[in-house]
Amino acid sequence: MSVTEQHFSTHKGRQTSSKRNRRTKWLSALRRDRSLYLLALPGILFFLVFKYIPMWGIVIAFQDYSPFRGIQGSEWVGLQHFTTLFANPDFALLFRNTLAISLLNLILFFPFPILISLGLNELRNVTYKRLIQTVIYMPHFLSWVIIAGLTLLLFAKGTGLVNELFALWGWPRVDILTNPDSFWIMVTLQAMWKEAGWGTIVFLAAMASVDTQLYEAARMDGAGRLRQIWHITLPAIRSVIIVLLILRLGDIMEVGFEQIFLMYNGAVSEVAEVFDTYVYRTGIEQGDFSYSTAVGLFKSVVGLVLVVVANRLVKRMGQEGVY
Amino acid sequence: MPTDSGPCPYELVGGGFGMQRLKWSERIGQSLNAIVLGLLAVAMFFPLYYVFVVSFTDPGEYLQKKIVLFPQRWSAEAYTYLLSTPAFARSLGNSAFLATVGTVCSLAVSSSLAYALSQKRFYFRKVLMFLIVLTILFSPGIIPNYLLVRELGLINNIWALILPALANGWTVLLMKNFFDSLPAEISEAASIDGCSAIRTWYTIVLPLSMPALAAFGLFFAVGYWNQFFAALLYLNDSAKWPIQVLLQNMLLNASNIDLVAPGQQVETPPTEMLKMAAIIVAIMPVLVVYPFIQKHFAKGAMVGSVKG
Repeated sequence: MSVTEQHFSTHKGRQTSSKRNRRTKWLSALRRDRSLYLLALPGILFFLVFKYIPMWGIVIAFQDYSPFRGIQGSEWVGLQHFTTLFANPDFALLFRNTLAISLLNLILFFPFPILISLGLNELRNVTYKRLIQTVIYMPHFLSWVIIAGLTLLLFAKGTGLVNELFALWGWPRVDILTNPDSFWIMVTLQAMWKEAGWGTIVFLAAMASVDTQLYEAARMDGAGRLRQIWHITLPAIRSVIIVLLILRLGDIMEVGFEQIFLMYNGAVSEVAEVFDTYVYRTGIEQGDFSYSTAVGLFKSVVGLVLVVVANRLVKRMGQEGVY
Repeated sequence: MPTDSGPCPYELVGGGFGMQRLKWSERIGQSLNAIVLGLLAVAMFFPLYYVFVVSFTDPGEYLQKKIVLFPQRWSAEAYTYLLSTPAFARSLGNSAFLATVGTVCSLAVSSSLAYALSQKRFYFRKVLMFLIVLTILFSPGIIPNYLLVRELGLINNIWALILPALANGWTVLLMKNFFDSLPAEISEAASIDGCSAIRTWYTIVLPLSMPALAAFGLFFAVGYWNQFFAALLYLNDSAKWPIQVLLQNMLLNASNIDLVAPGQQVETPPTEMLKMAAIIVAIMPVLVVYPFIQKHFAKGAMVGSVKG
């Protein structure tokens, strides 16, 4: 054996042994802590089956999927469903409705918890403050079915309380629930009723961490309450506001599906159809699995891109992102 | 709650001489603020109050007046009627099953995985964490999930509401953060004493984490109780419906077909009252656990939203 050959073979030997080493390393780790991996097994299986198999199921968006032929037997059609979607006049409608609801949410809903928490932070009576918190957090725990039901009971044209009162005062009855003009604002107000109180938690926590000496000092310097809010409280929660705002922008494709699904009716379909409800209608109701999966995939991909960009922005501003 | 347990900036001004140091304009501002917040709370509470009151009104009085803000004659007729209908009682039972069995299963699966991932010696923890976070960021959508449940033969099976909801990325992440905060010495000491990871998790870590588990459990329970869409997707058989789907049919589709009290010819209370009673019954369990949640939720809600 020549020197070079010898050299070569030892080199090769080292390579395979290091490979084997790595393999035996995790194998021995598995063997050593068998109990630990066994403990993680149900959870891992769960994520594999219920989170990753559906991800593989996305391939039917590129097929003409038929439940009888299965994924293996179905015909591949490439991007056909996506071109159908983009050419469909419904597409612009879905986009418009999603953006409109998100935008209203951003303008009306987003500042609301900030205002409430500023107010709560100024309350001196701790019992009173806690009472108000208890009341305004509660709707967060109610289901959308209940909230939709409450809305109907209060605002229905025939028997709703508001319309009964209007009738009593001799005003004309108004129909809020089947009026396309008021649908967007109605779902925004509903969402505010449900989540605005809950949304204060994160701001109140940021306010609670402010050093009380700052307020002391400001008062010594003659700053009134409003100036203290402006110069101490608001700067203290500024970073939280910015992070939440950016994340909200990243979530623009997400409009409360259950809520809109429940408030949906024929009279408002023009303004109420969003991506998720459309997927439900075309996929589950009409059985067009491939097309609806393509629509859902489009929404998820746009959502993913937005969230990743938003998170990068948050990090660039020196804040900790969500992941 | 952390928001209250923290030092209150106004304690110093709150009592005794402090009040007098405030200018009158500031005192007006204070009262105005208190009034506005009070009105807000009243506005948020009113729908629930109204539904509660009407559901307990005497049917005759309701039919006559239409608007009842405080009843003169109370009556639980709507409730006795509602609870005597088999469909309603059955759906309550289904939801109770979901909220108890589902919560226990969810806690077991999520906490075991989260604890294992919090152990530094877990070989694939980085990869697994990445894969779990990915499921938060990207969802394959409704249809692939639906097709999976169908392939598994779970359509019309109540487990279709539990199995796909056993864990989720956020909860595992939050739980792992929580287990990370426990001193590592506990697990190390147990391991040196020859205690297996499973036994350490079950006999040492879980009992130590009871308050956190209670908080996670309450959130799971409320989630299962409020579950609506999955039930709509996967359960066609109305006998298996949880309360939320029944409510949707009652409140929004105006179908009262199933709500017939058996046997005796009782006079049916007004539909509106039945609806309101159904709402109250459906939120009762949430209202009962709410004080307990409130004690914990700030913790649970905070871990994820603001780190550190």
